[in-house]
Amino acid sequence: MASAAPRTMFEKIWARHVVTEGPGGHVLLYVGRHLLHEGATGALGRLAAEGRRVRRPDLTFATADHFLPTAPGAVATDPEIVGMVDGLARHTGAQGIVYFGVGDPRRGIVHVIGPEQGLTLPGTTLVCGDSHTATHGAFGALAFGIGSTEVEHVLATQTLWQTKPRALRVAVEGRLGPGVTAKDVILALIARIGAAGGVGHAIEYAGSTIRAMSMDERMTVCNMSIEAGARTGMVAPDETTFAWLEGRPFAPRGEAWARALADWATVPSDPGARFDREVALAAGDVAPTVTWGTSPQDALPITGRVPDPAAAGDPARRASMARALAYMGLRPGTPLGEIAVDRVFIGSCTNSRLEDLRAAARVVRGRRAVVPAWVVPGSGLVKRAAEAEGLDRVFVEAGFEWREAGCSMCVGMNGETAREGERVASTSNRNFEGRQGKGARTHLVSPAMAAAAAVAGRFVDVRTLGG
Amino acid sequence: MQPFTTLTAVAAPLDLPNVDTDRIIPARFLAKPRGAPGYARFLFHDVRFEADGAEQPEFVLNRAAYRGAKILVTAENFGCGSSREMAVWALEAWGIRAVIAPSLGDIFHQNCFKNGLLPVILPAAAAAGLRSQLHARPGATLTVDLEAQTLTAPDGARHRFEVDPFRKQMLLTGQDEVALTLGHEGAIAAFERRLASGAPWLVPQAGG
Repeated sequence: MASAAPRTMFEKIWARHVVTEGPGGHVLLYVGRHLLHEGATGALGRLAAEGRRVRRPDLTFATADHFLPTAPGAVATDPEIVGMVDGLARHTGAQGIVYFGVGDPRRGIVHVIGPEQGLTLPGTTLVCGDSHTATHGAFGALAFGIGSTEVEHVLATQTLWQTKPRALRVAVEGRLGPGVTAKDVILALIARIGAAGGVGHAIEYAGSTIRAMSMDERMTVCNMSIEAGARTGMVAPDETTFAWLEGRPFAPRGEAWARALADWATVPSDPGARFDREVALAAGDVAPTVTWGTSPQDALPITGRVPDPAAAGDPARRASMARALAYMGLRPGTPLGEIAVDRVFIGSCTNSRLEDLRAAARVVRGRRAVVPAWVVPGSGLVKRAAEAEGLDRVFVEAGFEWREAGCSMCVGMNGETAREGERVASTSNRNFEGRQGKGARTHLVSPAMAAAAAVAGRFVDVRTLGG
Repeated sequence: MQPFTTLTAVAAPLDLPNVDTDRIIPARFLAKPRGAPGYARFLFHDVRFEADGAEQPEFVLNRAAYRGAKILVTAENFGCGSSREMAVWALEAWGIRAVIAPSLGDIFHQNCFKNGLLPVILPAAAAAGLRSQLHARPGATLTVDLEAQTLTAPDGARHRFEVDPFRKQMLLTGQDEVALTLGHEGAIAAFERRLASGAPWLVPQAGG
């Protein structure tokens, strides 16, 4: 059936998942993949209490990542956390859901293991009760985060009532300079369009820069769509995507793989497809980036200075900048490269994959961390692969802590937090007040920049480190 | 779900943009079950209370005039960030039934509807105007009428707001959404049959 008008990738995926239409532009959207973490235990419990079954346990997969400690050998002791994790094991067992649980080497951050296991597939819909679910959009999937009540709804019906967001195309063109990474691209974009810039939109990331990116890099970009306000962000699937997926444990095989490939080739936006809005970013304009405030939009090149609220025209903006600087303990005009750090965190669903760890290790090799620094791999399998390359030795010899997989210090709900007033160079995604612990001061950076901060004891332009 | 029809109540102004859900409820409270004793205390905890547990007197909800507030009037992108539905549960536990803003975090916005908390989107200038009236007359009330889709300001001005008709109906009746969707069982099953023949690769065959 030929369609007259050219369509965006988003529209195509949306259209093929419509079960039925409801009032007011709502559609009942089918969910191809539902990923759970221990935060879903409550929803599973409510479902069981209502006597309802999980409709499609074969499309539902679970792991534990948010609340587990990542110190080697540590186990959760807080009774509420133990209850959540044990509850997840019990409910998934009773409902026949595959669970990558404690002790399973495949366990890890839900947005790292979904792709790693070949669960995330192009042209499909994927949801998870976590706002960084857009990570999976890197594969050309329509992936978005949902709340706990929505999790329960998907468990019971494998669907969600949704209205169509507006379409935003972000085109990034050109080559990234040395030391400039996918993390810097997404921080620069958020600084450009603002933390609310993508509210109500589905983003498609396109352009030669994105095309040239590896899957790990595309995941970093899509991951932070929510920090620009957009619930979903995606990249068209291509040979890079297919090569990455082929042979993954849960990916289609044999004849099914051939059929899938034929289908996935039809997923990218048609030439001439209309977007409600377009934003262009030149790769050559992006530098290694550091955030200075308490919103991811507060990002500047490392060569910049802490901005002066007095220079902001809008009084509301002035007030919020002043509040952010007070929280961060920073003075206007301070060069970002003179800010000393107390702690470094390399990890999170944004930057804990093998390429991230390699990039950090390249900077660390032959140097010493002068502040406490952690490396938290995204999954047990990432950890193993890094160890097979000897990356763990590089980190440990440089004085870094090499830890078990999990969300760790990105979420601050597992007891792993920074102290009040501590300044953290972090590869995570949120520099909100209190995000990494009450009073903790978070600066978002790439893995290479975090590693550079660890060895310098302050933010430093990774391009000047050499080697 | 508790239905929402009309509400006349004290409204509290919050002027900061981009108030994220970590600020609405810090991460360390997320393992607490909904409805746990003291849940209302988690709301805005780290800006509402000093380290010793004493109230931070400047914080808007700690001021006498706003203690009975059931409506929050906020700035752009309130509820951004984490998908934690506990942000809505904490607002509700404290007594908030409606949030008025120029824009809301997308996931927070949906979570409001699922819990009988009405989100109202107003143009930025109108929301700012409301906040300045509330600052000028602490303890002033607003009236929100969901059926009529109107909001009456302290100065008597009436603002019309848009609300998704489907979500409006669900809020007015307090209907269980899962039960509603299961009413479409036939359509879901038919879709699954089409999917099984059209995209058989979607269902993982191997056990990994």
